[in-house]
Amino acid sequence: MHAKGKRMSVTRGSDSDPAMQVHVISSRLTWFDVDIGGIWRYRDLVWLLIRRDFVAKYKQTALGPLWFVLQPLLNAIVFSIIFGHVAKLPTDGVPPFLFYLAGTVAWGYFASCVSATANTFVANAGLYGKVFFPRLVMPVSTVISNLVTVAIQYLMLLAFLAWFATQGSGVRPGWLMLLTPLLFLHMGVLGMAVGLLVASVTTRYRDLLLATGYALSLWMYATPIVYPLSQVPGEWRWLFMLNPMTAVIEVFRMAHLGAGALGVGEYALSVVLAALGLAAGLVVFNRYSKSFVDTV
Amino acid sequence: MDQDIVIDAQGISKQYRLGTLDHGSLWRDLRGWLGGSRDAAQSAKLAPEPGHLRGIANAPFLALDDVSFSVRRGETLGVIGRNGAGKSTLLKVLSRITTPTRGSVQIRGRVASLLEVGTGFHPELTGRENVFLNGTILGMSSAELRKRFDEIVAFAELDEFIDTPVKRYSSGMYMRLAFSVAAHLEPEILIVDEVLAVGDSKFQRKCLGKMEDVTHGGRTVLFVSHNMGAVTSLCNRCIVLQKGKLVYDGSTGTAVIQYHTSGVFTTAALDPAAAGLVIGDDQVQLVRAEVRGADGTVGAEYEIDQPITVALRYRLLQTSANRIVPNLHFLMPDGSYAFCAVPPLLEAPTPAGEYIAECRVPGGLLNEGTYFVSVAVNTYAQASHFSHFWEQGALCFNVREDLDKTAAYRYGYTGAIPGSVRPTLAWDVRQVG
Repeated sequence: MHAKGKRMSVTRGSDSDPAMQVHVISSRLTWFDVDIGGIWRYRDLVWLLIRRDFVAKYKQTALGPLWFVLQPLLNAIVFSIIFGHVAKLPTDGVPPFLFYLAGTVAWGYFASCVSATANTFVANAGLYGKVFFPRLVMPVSTVISNLVTVAIQYLMLLAFLAWFATQGSGVRPGWLMLLTPLLFLHMGVLGMAVGLLVASVTTRYRDLLLATGYALSLWMYATPIVYPLSQVPGEWRWLFMLNPMTAVIEVFRMAHLGAGALGVGEYALSVVLAALGLAAGLVVFNRYSKSFVDTV
Repeated sequence: MDQDIVIDAQGISKQYRLGTLDHGSLWRDLRGWLGGSRDAAQSAKLAPEPGHLRGIANAPFLALDDVSFSVRRGETLGVIGRNGAGKSTLLKVLSRITTPTRGSVQIRGRVASLLEVGTGFHPELTGRENVFLNGTILGMSSAELRKRFDEIVAFAELDEFIDTPVKRYSSGMYMRLAFSVAAHLEPEILIVDEVLAVGDSKFQRKCLGKMEDVTHGGRTVLFVSHNMGAVTSLCNRCIVLQKGKLVYDGSTGTAVIQYHTSGVFTTAALDPAAAGLVIGDDQVQLVRAEVRGADGTVGAEYEIDQPITVALRYRLLQTSANRIVPNLHFLMPDGSYAFCAVPPLLEAPTPAGEYIAECRVPGGLLNEGTYFVSVAVNTYAQASHFSHFWEQGALCFNVREDLDKTAAYRYGYTGAIPGSVRPTLAWDVRQVG
């Protein structure tokens, strides 16, 4: 009776007349009522949260934005020494430092999206327990605000790219670079999808949150970051392609360094996996977010 | 749904599992699934729906038990009940923070719930930035906030500090700003928890005034408080919760009496230390307040012809150059004043130490019914005066009437005699013609 009433009254009300809108709070949980419109209604909040993250991050660190450049830089240097010089892994003919820097910047964004989103319930327990607003506002805004950090890192990558290109080091940035924003969108979606699933599971198994960092570093080694995809034996390639990050990293390096090769079908598979993952993540997160406050 | 009913709650129940509030561990559940230890199997079987509170082998606990009520547009509904009666759970369900286990609520219009002030304040951000952040979290749009911004800042009395990071604010300034944002919310339905009970009393009164404006503005308000004075002055209808059940729904006056006479809450004496409270500021603190009868025993029931004594014990932490004066405010269940009592002829300075102020109310002054006493201690300086504490509805007692004893002037009339007091006065009735 209530579910029926809801459908009838929701069609009666509209966004332009919130006074007429009828909400039904029911014990019956439905799987597919993800409130995407709610994020749009709270877009002002999304924007303010992004600003808050930015201001809070930069006011608290003495080095400011430098700090964010340092991390991928050190990663690239360490990888160059260990995997380039000691292990002597090939890098598709491009300078190892640039090869690792491109990989680590791109992976860094994905990993930060996963861990920030996975932490949503824990980090916002106080807020979620006191006020109702569309719960998805939080992960959406962290995924966007992580973009600010990665933009700074990306500018650094471009600077090194320009320098290496003028040195005639065989780096060939291509027109695919124009698709970079789409690649970051792809990684943001993937990161959020994984993060939402992890966040939902952690409402029940808090200890899984501790394993997330470890799982992410294992995942990084399963993705062609410190080695090129071309080194993967042909019969195992399909297995690597089931990891949606493989295609994104490969295209990212093709675009900027001109190294690597990927089929359109292989990239399409990654897009499909990201879309399915996001759908699953949204549905599960939505369901768990309705009563997660009871567990904290 | 009747267009005029904005909240319609039908049979809502909320079940929790009490006991060890530990988070499930994957390991224990795995052992359970693999048929490992009996205990683990038990806990896995007990695991309720996803996201619900888990405990090992514990009986379920109903925080809300089949609660139904409806609220009409423009009503101010008070929700009263002692701690653990289910008030907070009810508010959480109504404000969509959690879902009920059974039943449903239909809500018409935008809801803003104020279960805490300053939710989402970030210390690094300025007052201005926090007004916007906090306001949007509470459901206002940036455009609305821009329109009301000057009003919010003026109400908080913070004009010159609005662009200072709130980490530099004093706790009073922080609270004032947080209150002010909350006080300027304009949803169709406002849900307010105890929040207005904190802050300095002057600002608190300002907030209550603002709340009254809001309720008179045709908005629907749900107000939860332990402060019967505030409830009686703001609400025209109340529901009383007891152990998760709705036990009364009706006029505020009756609800308040119900609340007190259900024996769940005695207010014949108030002992802040025993309740884990500090009532007062860094100068004066309340030690104890009590109502006692002629024989000196503390109690909440008195005959109409008996004298009673209201005693206030307070501590002055440092010697004051001014007059430190206790005040007693006697109120009716509907929030109206019966009278105020102030001791005369106190002198300044006031040496530090503990004081007992006793106010004797003679028999034959009060009317039959329930009285609330708000207790305060004020400083009266040359040019100003202020409260160290002002505890509203701190005490509550009943005055009963034995109709046999008052038969002399009732002449057989047995109905209620109206009035906030019923003083025994000197009469002279004689025939003059």
